[in-house]
Amino acid sequence: MDVAVRELSYAQAIQEAMAIAMEQDERVFLMGEDIGVYGGAFQVTGDLVERFGSERVMDTPISELGGAGVAVGAALTGMRPIFEFQFSDFATLAMEQIVNQAAKMRFMLGGEVSVPVVMRFPAGSGTGAAAQHSQSLEAWLGHVPGLKVIQPATPHDVKGMLLAAVADPDPVMIFEHKLLYKMKGPVPEGHYTVPIGKADIRRQGRDLTIVATSIMVHKALEAAAALQAEGIDIEVIDLRTVRPMDKQTIIDSVKKTSRLLCVYEAVKTLGIGAEVSAAVAESDAFDYLDAPIVRLGGAEIPIPYNPDLEKATVPQVPDIIAAARDLAKGKR
Amino acid sequence: MATARKAANSDAAQPNLPFAFRKYTAEQLRDVLHKMYLIRRFEEGAEDAYMRGLIHGTMHLSIGQEASAMGICMPLTDQDQITSTHRGHGHCIAKGADVKRMFAEFFGKTTGYCKGRGGSMHIADVTKGNLGANGIVAGGIPIAVGAALAAKKLKNGKVAVSFFGDGANNEGAFHEALNMAAVWRLPVIFVCENNGYGMSTSTERSTAVKNIADRASAYAMPGVIVDGNNFSEVAEAAEAAVERARAGEGPTLIESKTYRYRGHSKSDRNRYRTKEEIEDWMTNRDPIALFEAELKEFGIIDDAGIEAVREAVKKEIADGIEFAKDSPSPEIRDLENYVYTEVA
Ligand SMILES: Cc1ncc(C[n+]2csc(CCOP(=O)(O)OP(=O)(O)O)c2C)c(N)n1
Ligand SMILES: [Mg+2]
Repeated sequence: MDVAVRELSYAQAIQEAMAIAMEQDERVFLMGEDIGVYGGAFQVTGDLVERFGSERVMDTPISELGGAGVAVGAALTGMRPIFEFQFSDFATLAMEQIVNQAAKMRFMLGGEVSVPVVMRFPAGSGTGAAAQHSQSLEAWLGHVPGLKVIQPATPHDVKGMLLAAVADPDPVMIFEHKLLYKMKGPVPEGHYTVPIGKADIRRQGRDLTIVATSIMVHKALEAAAALQAEGIDIEVIDLRTVRPMDKQTIIDSVKKTSRLLCVYEAVKTLGIGAEVSAAVAESDAFDYLDAPIVRLGGAEIPIPYNPDLEKATVPQVPDIIAAARDLAKGKR
Repeated sequence: MATARKAANSDAAQPNLPFAFRKYTAEQLRDVLHKMYLIRRFEEGAEDAYMRGLIHGTMHLSIGQEASAMGICMPLTDQDQITSTHRGHGHCIAKGADVKRMFAEFFGKTTGYCKGRGGSMHIADVTKGNLGANGIVAGGIPIAVGAALAAKKLKNGKVAVSFFGDGANNEGAFHEALNMAAVWRLPVIFVCENNGYGMSTSTERSTAVKNIADRASAYAMPGVIVDGNNFSEVAEAAEAAVERARAGEGPTLIESKTYRYRGHSKSDRNRYRTKEEIEDWMTNRDPIALFEAELKEFGIIDDAGIEAVREAVKKEIADGIEFAKDSPSPEIRDLENYVYTEVA
């Protein structure tokens, strides 16, 4: 079968995935604030309300805790809701339902039920929206057994992983970096899935492994291309899933390159970089390391409003280049 | 005009004058007009600077809601405290902020009220009792209750006012906060500025009761509805609520019915309401035009006086923008400041 591949934006790819899911399965419906006629704060749902009606593209009141709970309850009892948070920051209002209920329901009831809910979280900084609209909270949810947490970095992956999430019997949390929404990339038509729990080697290299998440994958690839000119050959791994983490792909890569740099936007400490580092430190790849592991993450501050401060808060391409160059030279 | 110097007369002398014209002096009333213009021109100036790429991020404009902010703040002193919302520029100015420092904040400068860290959505002026705008819908409501609790414990006579929108009334924080305020009889006033929509969602589609004020009965407090575009009506309700709070009689919920002219934020295509609806409010119910007409009718100001107010405001705005442009940006080396309290 010939599958046509077009260029779609990340937001269009999500929208297409949701449309396919709704066409294929009556149980799938969307909930969220201003996802109907407004089309979503980031125009991800767009005109879906015109195609599927307001019963399946449901505007909720501004009630994150209740709304998330309603989605959990509907998922528990036979529906397949996809719940959009207007900003990932508002997950903090719904933590009770996500962490205490959705994540633990199956376990607490001894495997008698499952909660096939999908929650979408527009995340990250770079839009000038300041401290309460710019956070990267994926590691928070990644800490909770019972949840699956993904961070697709491309239009192709977000469509495939969203469709995998809808098919998944357990709660899947999707963190979508807001700056990716307009990024374009090749997306096949029709239904396909990209597995949850599998990292992707986006660039092969011998000298150094960069494990990056979400938008940092693109920045890492840019840095790798720049350093190629200096003869530094970098392997870039797109983590794609925070929980369950694909440790084997990281371990295998580090055994080959002997150097590891983790790059992620969230606050550096107690985050994804620590877990990736530990995965290597606890494995036989540890013996292959030729230099200490390096983490590049967000500064230990809330995201500031001032644009220069905002940029300085999270890793940028020159930061990655500098860190990778030092690490490759064994300077660190 | 014969009535010109008679503002602030007693009820007995002028029984038919609207509340504000009985209560306040001519000077106070002219100052209200000045501030209403200041709010509007500040927001127009901010919008213009945004369009020209001088300000980044987003902003939520309260153009059309000026009478509500001004009316509520009339009985408040600089010691009384407010919590505000994402749509908080008007509250900030009404509580006495300097537009220079507000513009500086929008431009991300160190001279801004939040030293460039907060921007539009976190604008505050703690020296004047404004504890800040808020990026979280309903986030400020329990905080105002906390301020009222502190005032009660400290016996300092302060009242707290929480501004919030109609959309916020569906957050749990709203309900939890109102209940505690009532149970503990706290000196707090809940001010719902109902502009008909939470982003694109009308109150009819989001809220089970017809009026937000109806929620008050569930928490055994007075629920008052006012025309939010009528300065005098808003001020009258605010004065009564503040009096009640200061007397230790507990909270009040005021629903101020108003309308926002602009889109929700800078990314709104206005697809959820009609042009006619917007135009009707702008032409027939504009709070500044209505107030101006009353001021003229009761002889508080004439056309030349109004023109003078407008000119003065224009200059303040221009000076504010200049001040912001000329102010220094924060240094990258100060990135980690203000996360924790610096202990000397
Ligand atoms: C907890 C939370 N949910 C959602 C949002 C996104 N949001 C910001 S303002 C807004 C609408 C608020 O409506 P309303 O309370 O009526 O205030 P208005 O904007 O009309 O002044 C929404 C949904 C938010 N900032 N915080
Ligand atoms: Mg509203």
